[in-house]
Amino acid sequence: MGLKENLHKLKLKYKDKKMAPAFNAIHTFLYLPNETTHSGSHVRAADDLKRTMNTVIMALVPCLIFGIFNAGYQYYSAINGFPEQFSLFEHFINWENFVLGASKVLPLVVVSYGVGLAVEFLFAVRKGHEVEEGYLVTGMLVPLIVPVDTPLWMLAIAVVFGVVIGKEVFGGTGMNVLNPALTIRAFLFFSYPGWMSGDKVWVHSAVEKSGVDALSGETVLGYLANAKSFDYSVADMFYGFIPGSIGETSAFLILLGGLFLIFTKIGSWRIMLSAVLGTLAMGLIFNGVVNAGWITESSKFYALMNLEFWKHLIVGGIAFGIVFMATDPVTASQTNKGKWIYGFLIGFISILIRVFNPAYPEGVFLAILLMNVFAPTIDHYVVQGNIKKRMKRLKLKTA
Amino acid sequence: MSKDIRIRKGLDIKLIGEAEKVTVDATRSNVYVIRPDDFHSIIPKVIAKQGTEVKAGAPLFYSKANEKLIFPSPVSGEVVEIVRGAKRKILSFKILADKEQQYVDHGAKDVNAMNREEIKEYLLSSGSWAFIKQRPYDVIADPETTPKAIFISGYTTAPLEADCDYVLAGKEKELQAAITALSKLTEGDVHVSVGKKGDSPLANLNNATIHKVSGPHPAGNVGVQIAKVDPINKGEVVWVINPQDLVIIGELLLTGKFNAERTIALAGSSLKKPKYFKTKIGAEVSTMVYDSGVNDEANIRVISGNVLTGDNVKPDGHLGYYHNTITVIPEGDDYEFFGWNKPIFNKISPSRALTFSWLFPNKKYALDTNTNGEHRAFVVTGSYENVFPFDIYPLQLLKACAVNDLDAMEQLGMYEVAPEDFALTEFICVSKQPHQQIIREGLDLMLKEIG
Repeated sequence: MGLKENLHKLKLKYKDKKMAPAFNAIHTFLYLPNETTHSGSHVRAADDLKRTMNTVIMALVPCLIFGIFNAGYQYYSAINGFPEQFSLFEHFINWENFVLGASKVLPLVVVSYGVGLAVEFLFAVRKGHEVEEGYLVTGMLVPLIVPVDTPLWMLAIAVVFGVVIGKEVFGGTGMNVLNPALTIRAFLFFSYPGWMSGDKVWVHSAVEKSGVDALSGETVLGYLANAKSFDYSVADMFYGFIPGSIGETSAFLILLGGLFLIFTKIGSWRIMLSAVLGTLAMGLIFNGVVNAGWITESSKFYALMNLEFWKHLIVGGIAFGIVFMATDPVTASQTNKGKWIYGFLIGFISILIRVFNPAYPEGVFLAILLMNVFAPTIDHYVVQGNIKKRMKRLKLKTA
Repeated sequence: MSKDIRIRKGLDIKLIGEAEKVTVDATRSNVYVIRPDDFHSIIPKVIAKQGTEVKAGAPLFYSKANEKLIFPSPVSGEVVEIVRGAKRKILSFKILADKEQQYVDHGAKDVNAMNREEIKEYLLSSGSWAFIKQRPYDVIADPETTPKAIFISGYTTAPLEADCDYVLAGKEKELQAAITALSKLTEGDVHVSVGKKGDSPLANLNNATIHKVSGPHPAGNVGVQIAKVDPINKGEVVWVINPQDLVIIGELLLTGKFNAERTIALAGSSLKKPKYFKTKIGAEVSTMVYDSGVNDEANIRVISGNVLTGDNVKPDGHLGYYHNTITVIPEGDDYEFFGWNKPIFNKISPSRALTFSWLFPNKKYALDTNTNGEHRAFVVTGSYENVFPFDIYPLQLLKACAVNDLDAMEQLGMYEVAPEDFALTEFICVSKQPHQQIIREGLDLMLKEIG
C-alpha cells in the first residue's frame, strides 16, 4: 500500500526534527504505529490512550446531536411558543432545527478543537514530546457545556487559558490538577459573567431580542432560583427539551452515555454511582429542612430546596458533570476507595452550591473543580490507610 | 498440612502455540553460553580464562561482592571466548562443549545427616547457590542471611510457560532431597504451592508445607503466594527457587554431579509443532526452534522465558539461566490502518472499548510484539488493581519508583514485589509504560541505598 510506505518514509525523515511530534500526531491518527516492545512484557493488550479517549467521544456524540436539535427547537419555540401537542419528529427532529442548531453549535466545536489542538501541537513541538490525546475529549466537552450563544472569540480565549494554565503548565495530559474543560468553563463564567449567567443566554438570540419581544431564555434552575413558575414537565426535563448548555439537557442520553462508559470499563462506575448518591442525599436533606418547617415560602431558597430530591438529577448540568467530567481519571481520585468519597462529595456539594449560590444556580462545575483540588488529599488518606496496615503487620511481628 | 490459596484478581493470557506434552532430546549444542546479566546485580570476576578446559560444574566466575558465590559451567569443554562489551563489561562466557561430558565430582551426600552450615557450604562450593533468589529485591540470595521462609511455586499460570506438573514428573527423589536440604536453611517453613486441579509430583513431599493454589495469572507467581501466606515486612527475607532448579540441586546432592539438564517448553504461535525438549542451561535456542518448524522465519521474536517476563534472545541466542520456556512469536513491526479506533477481535483487551475479547473468554490469540499504541503519561486509573492481587496500590508504587522516593517505596510495599509481579499491569497498561523496568530500577535503588 502506497500511503503506508510513504508515511513511513516521511516519519524517518522527520525523526529527531522539531516537527516530529506534529507529524507523528497525524501519522498515528491514521495508522497504529509500528512500535514493538523493548523491555518487560513482549506482548501488550489492545487498548491505548487513543482508543480510551475515542470511547468517551462516542459516548458524547448523542449529546452533541441532541444539543444541535435542541438549540433550534428552543429558538423557534421561544419565538412561536411551545407546541401544544409535542411530537418528536414534527417539532424536534426537523430540518429547520438542525440547520439553526448546527450553524450555532458546529462553529463552537470547530473553534474548541482548532484552538485547543493548535495549543497542544505548539507545546508538543516546543517541548519535544508527543501530542497526547487528552484534548480529544476536552475539545468535545467544551462546546457541550457552554451556552449556545457564546461568542467564538470568547471561547477561543478561554480554551487557550484552559489548555495552557489548566494543563500544559503542569506538564500536559496526565499531570494536570484541574479538569481542563471545567477550567475553560470557569474562566468563561468568571471573566464574562454578564454573558454566562442570567436568564438570557440559554436560547439563541434571546439576548439581542430581550426587551423587544421579551424572549425568555431561562433555564429550569433559573426559574427555581427566582421562584418563578415554569411549565416544563418531568418528561421534558428527563429527555432534555429544555433550555440549558448545549449538551447538558438530556438526562436520558447522558444516562445512556454513562451506561456505555461503564459497560466498556472506560468510565468509573464508582464515581458515577457515588455522585448520584451524594446528589440524592443532599436533595433529601433540603427536602427534610423544608418539611421540618425551618424555612418558609418567603425564603429565596425555598423553591430550590423544595424541589423533589430526585429531580435535581434531571435539571441543570449535574448529570452531564457526573458522567463525563467527574470521571476524568487524571483529576479524580485515583484509588478505588477514594473514588467513592470523591464522587459522593461532588454530588453533595453540587446541590449545596446550586441551592445557595445567588449568582448562578448551578454548582456542579464548581463542585467538581473543588473536588479536583481535594482528590490528591483523599488519595493521600486512603493510601495512608494501606501504609498503616503494613506498619501494623510489622509491629505485630516484632512485638 | 495443606492450605488453599485462591486468587481472584488477574488475567489469563491465552495464546496459540501451547507446547504439546511430548518430550524429545534437543540436538546437542556446540556452544553453550552463560550470560552474567542473567544474575541481576552480580558483577562477575573471571575464574576460567579464555582457553581453559572446564568440567561441567566447574566455576566460570565469581561475584565481586562475595567470592564464595561462584557460577558453574553447565557443560564440560573449552572456554572459547569471553565476550566483552562497553567498558569491558563481560557479556557472556562461551563454552565449546566436549563430545563426552565430564562432571566435577562434588560428592554424593546424605541430606538428612547434614546440618545448616554443611548444606550452605555444599551449595556454595558446587555453584548451585545461584538458583536461590531472595525477596525483597529479586536478586540471588545473600548466603549470610537466614530467611524467614522459603517459597517454591509449582503452579504454572504464565502464558505458554512450561507446565511444572509435566516437566517434574518422575523427579520425586531429587525434589525431596532438595526440599529436605532447603528446609534446613530456614528457621521457618518451606512453602510449596501446587495447582489445585493438577497432579504435581510436589504435592506429596515431606518437610514442606503444601498449598493448593487456584485462580488466574499471576496466581502462579511466587510473590503472590508469599503475599497470601506470609507477607514480607521490612527487614525480613524470603528465599524463592524455581522447582526445576530443585531437580538440579537434588541430583547434585544424590550423585555429586552438577547436571544442568532441564525439560523446557518450546511454545508460541510462530512454531509449527510446539513441544517439550530436554536440553541444558545455556544451550543454543536454534537447536530447538528450527527443529519444529517456524512460520514466517524473517519475522519472529525468540524469547528465552515466557512472553511476559522473558528476554529477547534473537534466533542465535541461548537459553537463560533461570528459564524453562522458549517462546517464539511474530514481531509486530507493522502499521495498522486506523488501528486505534476500529473494532478489534484478534487481540486481548481488559476493556470493552470496541474490543471484543470479553465475548470469547476461551479463545486463544496469536499476539505479536506490537505495543498497540504509544508511550504516554499515566492517565487511566483503577485498571491495574483488577490484575494485581496484592494489598498494594500499584499506580502509587510505580509513581514512587519513577520519582525515586525511597520512603514512599518502602511504605507502599516495595519489599513485597518483584518486576514479574508487574508484568500484567504492564500488559494492560493503556499508557504503555515500562512497569517492570520501573520496578527493577526502583528495587536497584533501594538495594543500593538501604540494602
